[in-house]
Amino acid sequence: MNLKLKIWRQKNSNDKGKIVDYAISDIEPDMSFLEMLDVLNDELINKGETPVAFDHDCREGICGSCSLFINGRAHGPDTGIATCQLHMRKFKDGDTIYIEPFRARAFPVIKDLAVDRSAFDRIQHAGGYVSVNTSGNTQDANNIPIPKENADTAFDSATCIGCGACVAACKNSSARLFVSAKVSQMALLPQGQIEAKTRVLNMTEQMDKEGFGNCSNTGACEVECPKGISLENIARQIREYAKATTATKK
Amino acid sequence: MATLDSKIPAGPLKDKWTNHKNNINLVNPANKRLIDVIVIGTGLAGGSAAASLAELGYNVKAFCFQDSPRRAHSIAAQGGINAAKNYQGDGDSIYRLFYDTVKGGDYRSREANVYRLAEVSANIIDQCVAQGVPFARDYGGLLDNRSFGGVLVSRTFYAKGQTGQQLLLGAYSAMNRQISRGKIKMYNRHEMMDVVIVDGKARGIIARNLVTGEIERHSAHAVVVGSGGYGNIFFLSTNAMGSNASAAWKMYKKGAFFANPCFTQIHPTCIPVTGELQAKLTLMSESLRNDGRIWVPKKKEDAEAIRNGKLKPTQIAQEDRDYYLERRYPAFGNLVPRDVASRAAKERCDAGFGVNKTGEAVYLDFSSAIQRYGKEQAYTKGLDENDKELITKLGKEAVANKYGNLFEMYEKIVDQNPYETPMMIYPAVHYTMGGVWVDYNLMTTVPGLFAIGEANFSDHGANRLGASALMQGLADGYFVLPYTIGDYLSDDIRTGEIPTDTKEFDQAEKEVSERIEYFVNNKGEHSVDYYHKQLGKIMWNKCGMSRNENDLKSAIEDIKKLREEFWKGVRVPGTSKEFNEELAKAGRVADFMELAELFAIDALERKESCGGHYREESQTEDGEAKRDDENFKYVAAWEYKGDNEKAQLHKEDLVYENIELKTRSYK
Ligand SMILES: Cc1cc2nc3c(=O)[nH]c(=O)nc-3n(C[C@H](O)[C@H](O)[C@H](O)COP(=O)(O)OP(=O)(O)OC[C@H]3O[C@@H](n4cnc5c(N)ncnc54)[C@H](O)[C@@H]3O)c2cc1C
Ligand code: SF4
Ligand code: FES
Repeated sequence: MNLKLKIWRQKNSNDKGKIVDYAISDIEPDMSFLEMLDVLNDELINKGETPVAFDHDCREGICGSCSLFINGRAHGPDTGIATCQLHMRKFKDGDTIYIEPFRARAFPVIKDLAVDRSAFDRIQHAGGYVSVNTSGNTQDANNIPIPKENADTAFDSATCIGCGACVAACKNSSARLFVSAKVSQMALLPQGQIEAKTRVLNMTEQMDKEGFGNCSNTGACEVECPKGISLENIARQIREYAKATTATKK
Repeated sequence: MATLDSKIPAGPLKDKWTNHKNNINLVNPANKRLIDVIVIGTGLAGGSAAASLAELGYNVKAFCFQDSPRRAHSIAAQGGINAAKNYQGDGDSIYRLFYDTVKGGDYRSREANVYRLAEVSANIIDQCVAQGVPFARDYGGLLDNRSFGGVLVSRTFYAKGQTGQQLLLGAYSAMNRQISRGKIKMYNRHEMMDVVIVDGKARGIIARNLVTGEIERHSAHAVVVGSGGYGNIFFLSTNAMGSNASAAWKMYKKGAFFANPCFTQIHPTCIPVTGELQAKLTLMSESLRNDGRIWVPKKKEDAEAIRNGKLKPTQIAQEDRDYYLERRYPAFGNLVPRDVASRAAKERCDAGFGVNKTGEAVYLDFSSAIQRYGKEQAYTKGLDENDKELITKLGKEAVANKYGNLFEMYEKIVDQNPYETPMMIYPAVHYTMGGVWVDYNLMTTVPGLFAIGEANFSDHGANRLGASALMQGLADGYFVLPYTIGDYLSDDIRTGEIPTDTKEFDQAEKEVSERIEYFVNNKGEHSVDYYHKQLGKIMWNKCGMSRNENDLKSAIEDIKKLREEFWKGVRVPGTSKEFNEELAKAGRVADFMELAELFAIDALERKESCGGHYREESQTEDGEAKRDDENFKYVAAWEYKGDNEKAQLHKEDLVYENIELKTRSYK
C-alpha cells in the first residue's frame, strides 16, 4: 500500500515542533506499524535526513516503551494493543496517517515522538512497593494462602505496562488509571495491607505534584489501555483513599 | 596475565555455599556507607542486585538505556521461573533441579554453581511473594506450577504468560524503595560506553546520557554488569530491539575473559519469519508445549498443498500427521529440551515438510488439548460428555484460561485464530548461554568487575532449560552477589571516594569520544541496520542451528570483510550532542561485528556437538548431537590480545564429582 504520513517533528524539548508530511510506498499489510516507520527512517537516512525518533524496545506489547498517538488515538486504531502490536492491515491503501507523541504536561517531549515519562517512576518511588527486605529470610511462599480470585484480580491490575496511553487519551491528562492499577494490586494482596494507607496517600500526592489532571470519569483511559486495566481500579483507589484519609483524621 | 581460577569452595557439594558464606569477609554496616557500587542494567539480575546492595547499605548508582528500569528486557519473559519447592509432591528436590539443569546444559556447566542456584531457588519464590508478585494460584489459594521442557516434574511458577513482567516489577519495586530512601541513584536513558580500570581494578565507567549526548564519568569501588544477552548479533531474535553486547564486550576488551561465545539458544517455538523488512521475532512461550502437539504432514504432497494454499491443516487426517517429537522421543515427547526440539523442526523443514509459504514452519496444535480439557470440565461440572459443541466450548475456555494472552498475541501478529487452526512456529534465536567468564563469586578476571544474569557465561552450559534464566538472574542479584561482593569490598573500607579526574578516566573518555565523533563525521552511504542485517544473515546461515568447519571458516572471512565495509560505509545522521538513536545503534553494531568473529572462532574450535552447539561433523547415526568429553569437557574462556591479534584460549576443565557424565537421551 501507499500512504501519506503526517508526523510530529520536534528537535528537542525547547523546539516548537510541527507536523511534517511524508509519503511512503510498498507497505505490506502484514508489517507492523513500527516496521513501517523503520522503512521510513531507512529512507530518510539514505537521503541524509534525520530519522524520526520514537521509543520502542520489546516490540511485543510488554515493555511499555512505544507511545504513539495515531490518528487521534493512543496506540492507534485497534484495541487492547500497544503501538508495536499494531499492524498495517488496519489501514487502507491511500490513507493519511497522523502520528504524534503522547501529549500531557507531565510528559514533556524529548524529541519528535519520544516523551519523558519519568513522572510515572516518581509516583512509584512514592509508594509502589512492599517494604520487605530482599535478604531471603522471608516465610515460605505458601504460608499465606490467597484466594485465587484475589490473586487473579491483583494480577490483572499488575499487568499495567506503564505506557501512559491512559494519560494521553484523557482530556484532563489524568494518571488515575495508572496509579490505581498499582494501588489495587497491593490492596488485593495480604502483603500490601500493612502499608496500604501511606501507599495510597503518598502515591496520590506525588501524582498531583507531577502535574497530572483530575479524573472526571470519562472512561477514555479504559478504552485505550492496551492491557484492559478497568475503571474498577479507579473505584478501588477511591475507596482506599477514603479509608486512608478517614483513618488519619482520627 | 590473568589466570583462570574458578574459586570453587572445598567440601561436599551441598555444604559449599553455606561454608563459603560462613568464611568470606564481610563489610560492617557503617563501612558500607563509605562504599560505592555501580550496577549496569536493571533487568532481573541488575535490578535485584541494585536493590539488595542498596538495602545492605552500599551507595548504588544504577544505569539502564531504557527510559525506566521497569522496561529492561526481562519484562518480556513469558513462561515461568523454576524453583525446587516440591509443592506438587512429584519428587522434586534441590538435587533433581541441579541434576536436570546440568544434564539439560549437556554437561558444560559448573557443578558447584548450578547446585547453589538450585539451593537458593526456593528463596526466590518466597521473596517474590513477599513483594506482592501475583503468581498463579489454584482454587485452594496455594501456588500453582506447570512443567517445562527437559524435566519430568512440575516446578515452574508462573503468572499467566507474563512471568518476567511480574518478577521484574517486583525487583523494580524493591529498587523504588531504595531510590526513595536515596540509596540508589538511578540513571535512566544512560548507556555505559566503557569500564575504567585503575591499578588493575574496575573503578568506574564512562557513560553517555542518551538524551543530551553528554559523556559522563562515574566512579565506584566495584562495577557490576547485568546487561543481558547478545542474541541480537543475529539481527532477528526474540530479544528486545535495544538488547546488545556492548557492555560485555567492553569488559572483554578491558581484560575480562569471554566464555563460550558460540553457545546460543535457538528456541523452537517462535512465530516464523514472514518478510525481509521484519525487525524482530516473537516468542511463543515454551509453556505451550505442555498442551500443544507439534506436527507436520506425513506426506510431502500434503505439505506442498498447504504451502500453495490448497489445503488447510485442519483438513489433514490424524493418520496423515507426523507428530515427529512424539515419534522420535517417546519419553519426553513435545517436552524435549529446546535444542532437540529446534533441530527436529529444522530437520523436517529441510526435508521438505515445512508448512508456511517459506517452507520454514511447523504446526503447534491445541485441538487435542481442547478436547481433553473440555471433557475434564464437563465431567467435573456434571455436564454431558457426549455433547461435542459443549466439550469444545469448555475446552477452549480452559485453554484460554491458561494461555489466553499468548493466543491473543499470536492472532494479532499472524491474523489467524489459534483456537480454530494450529499455530505455525519455527525456531529463532532467543538466549545466549555464553558470556563474560566469572568465578564462583561472580567476579570476572578483572578484580572488582562482576557479571550477573544473562551477561555472564552462566549456569546453563551448552543449553538452557526453560524457566531457568529468570531463576539465575534473581539468584545472582538477590542471593549470591550481595554476599560475594562483600568479600572483595572488605579491602576497600579505607579507600575513600574514587576520583574521576585521573589519567585513566581521561584516557577512557577520550577513546569513547573519538569513536562517537568518528560515527557522526563519517559521511557513509548506508544505515546501521543495513550492515546489521547482513551480519545477521551470516550468523544465521553459517553459525546458526547447524555448523560445520567450512561454513565457520567462511563466516570468519565474511565478518571481517563486512566489518571493514561497515566502518567505511556507515552513515549516522545528526550530531553527538543530542538524542540520536542511530548513533547508539552504530556503537552497538560495531561491537557485535567484533564479537561475531570470536563467536565463529569459538564454534570452529569446539569440534564436538553439545547442547545448542551442533557440529555436523559430530553426530550419531540417527543425527543426534555427539559430545566429546575426552577433548572438550571445558569452558572456553577467551582473552583479548589486541584488535588485530588472535584472542587467546584458556580452558577451564569441568569436573563432575556428583553427576555421572552420560549421553543425554530423551527417547
Ligand atoms: C521473549 C523472551 C521470553 C523469555 N521467557 C523466559 C521465561 O519464561 N523464563 C526464563 O527463565 N527466561 C526467559 N527468557 C530469558 C530471560 O528473560 C532473560 O535471560 C533474562 O531476563 C535476562 O535478564 P538480565 O537481567 O540478565 O538482562 P536484561 O533483562 O536483558 O537487562 C539488561 C539491562 O541492561 C541494560 N543495559 C544493557 N546494556 C547497557 C549499557 N551499555 N549501558 C547501560 N545499560 C545497559 C538494559 O537497559 C537493561 O536494563 C525469555 C527471553 C525472551 C527474549
Ligand atoms: S493503565 Fe493501561 S494505559 Fe495506563 S499506563 Fe497502564 S497499561 Fe498504559
Ligand atoms: S515496544 Fe514494548 S510495548 Fe511496544
